[in-house]
Amino acid sequence: MTAYDLLIAPFADFEFMRRALVGSVALALAAAPIGVMLMLRRMSLTGDAMSHAILPGAAIGYLFAGLSLTAMTLGGLIAGVAVAVAAGAVARSSVLGEDASLAAFYLLSLALGVTIVSLRGSNVDLLHVLFGSVLALDDDALMLIAGISTATLIVFAIIARPLVLDSIDPGFLRAVGGRVGASVHLVFMGVVVLNLVGGFHALGTLMAVGLMMLPAAGARSWVDDPTATIAVAALIGVISSVVGLVVSYHLSLPAGPSIVLTAGVIWFVSLLFGRRGLVTTRLGRRHLEA
Amino acid sequence: MSALIEFEDLTLGYDRHPAVHHLTGAIARGSLTAVIGPNGAGKSTLLKGIVGAVRPIGGAIRLHGVEPKAIAHLPQVAEIDRRFPLSLYDFVAMGAWRRIGAFGGIGPAERARIGEALAAVGLEGFETRSIGTLSGGQMQRAMFARLVLQDAAVILLDEPFNAVDARTVADLLVLVHRWHGEGRTVVAVSHDMALVAEHFPETLLLAREPVAWGPTAEVVSDAHLARAQRMIEAFDTHAHVCARAS
Repeated sequence: MTAYDLLIAPFADFEFMRRALVGSVALALAAAPIGVMLMLRRMSLTGDAMSHAILPGAAIGYLFAGLSLTAMTLGGLIAGVAVAVAAGAVARSSVLGEDASLAAFYLLSLALGVTIVSLRGSNVDLLHVLFGSVLALDDDALMLIAGISTATLIVFAIIARPLVLDSIDPGFLRAVGGRVGASVHLVFMGVVVLNLVGGFHALGTLMAVGLMMLPAAGARSWVDDPTATIAVAALIGVISSVVGLVVSYHLSLPAGPSIVLTAGVIWFVSLLFGRRGLVTTRLGRRHLEA
Repeated sequence: MSALIEFEDLTLGYDRHPAVHHLTGAIARGSLTAVIGPNGAGKSTLLKGIVGAVRPIGGAIRLHGVEPKAIAHLPQVAEIDRRFPLSLYDFVAMGAWRRIGAFGGIGPAERARIGEALAAVGLEGFETRSIGTLSGGQMQRAMFARLVLQDAAVILLDEPFNAVDARTVADLLVLVHRWHGEGRTVVAVSHDMALVAEHFPETLLLAREPVAWGPTAEVVSDAHLARAQRMIEAFDTHAHVCARAS
């Protein structure tokens, strides 16, 4: 088998593979800054929680309109933002922290979502919502993903400075910027939800988080600067998309999980052999004089 | 000298328990004031009240010719996440927030100011170091550099000399005196009586209620300090409603 057969042919021969590639690369590019900021803000599990939270919205859309892109996207968006806002409000006004209130809301949301899906439809439909279908992206889904990625990168450029300051020293931002900190957190959560919704058509609500967090965690083993971390995470995300799709094609594995598993392998290798990895920092590195 | 920050029968507290109780008086424009008192005397709460982070539960704080946002406040325990991989330079540069905001660029003028601020605290050459790798003293110097960059007319320092070595204290005191010389109003909380006596012309001795306020030499006396200690020990979880509360 030549390199062409291995890497190029799957995409040259099949349009669904090209669509899958475009969709997952677009997702990976936007997921990088989000994943890195979630990780640096110590909210790595928040993405996971939010991915469960959008389920009932998508399910209600599905209940009324079947497998409709618009209905499920809108429903997911509304449910995700509602949970983020509600959890934030409860955290600010009660003794519960943001983690506890988010946990309560997303668990309720998840239970509600599964109940609604089971009211109508089969397990196959539920599998689509949970794990997506990256090999069946139509024009509308691709436009949605590309649009969300573009919007995400622009929004990120705008909120980068307050978001970083809010992560490092929220008290200082409150003092000099007033309510900027609270609003930047909300915008950030909105972008997280937007990307999870964009991701669920391709990878499903659960796998979409994988493309956010695994490249971010992997990148952290290589560099020690927020901007560089985002760049490396984007690179890992894109490589995972290409390799994941190629592997799934040749080995007949499900595509979404293949992409996330590839990202997982890169993360694990980075963890061990990255510039700041576990093995690298323990092997033959004698200390300096000063 | 005119009053810059005025307290009118001010009570600040948490969950109805007063932390600062019936404080009346004023901090003059351009003054250099130390706030002293036992632990739990309400010193930090007073500073938080001035910047509006704690709302009065009685009385009022009046600011004359300065808005809360223009007051620089160095908290005792900053909620700084030092594991966030940010360079010292970027950290200090955020002191320019009121001039550059969320989107403004950092031009040559601002870069010069950042360079001067870093030089003023003796941290030149550390620009690219991640804040997580700084020592406690270096971090406190970085906090002061950020204060310099804030260029505020009023500077509130909450135990700024805690847990730093003598040389760092000396360097930071040079800055405090420079601010005072430039006509800025500086209020600092400290437990170091010798340092207060040597460097601060005015002192407020607080034990939830004000014990004494005026020239440092008159305020810092054994009788006053003993009285402050007795007042603090009388805390009561099941206190009745204050008879003076209106």
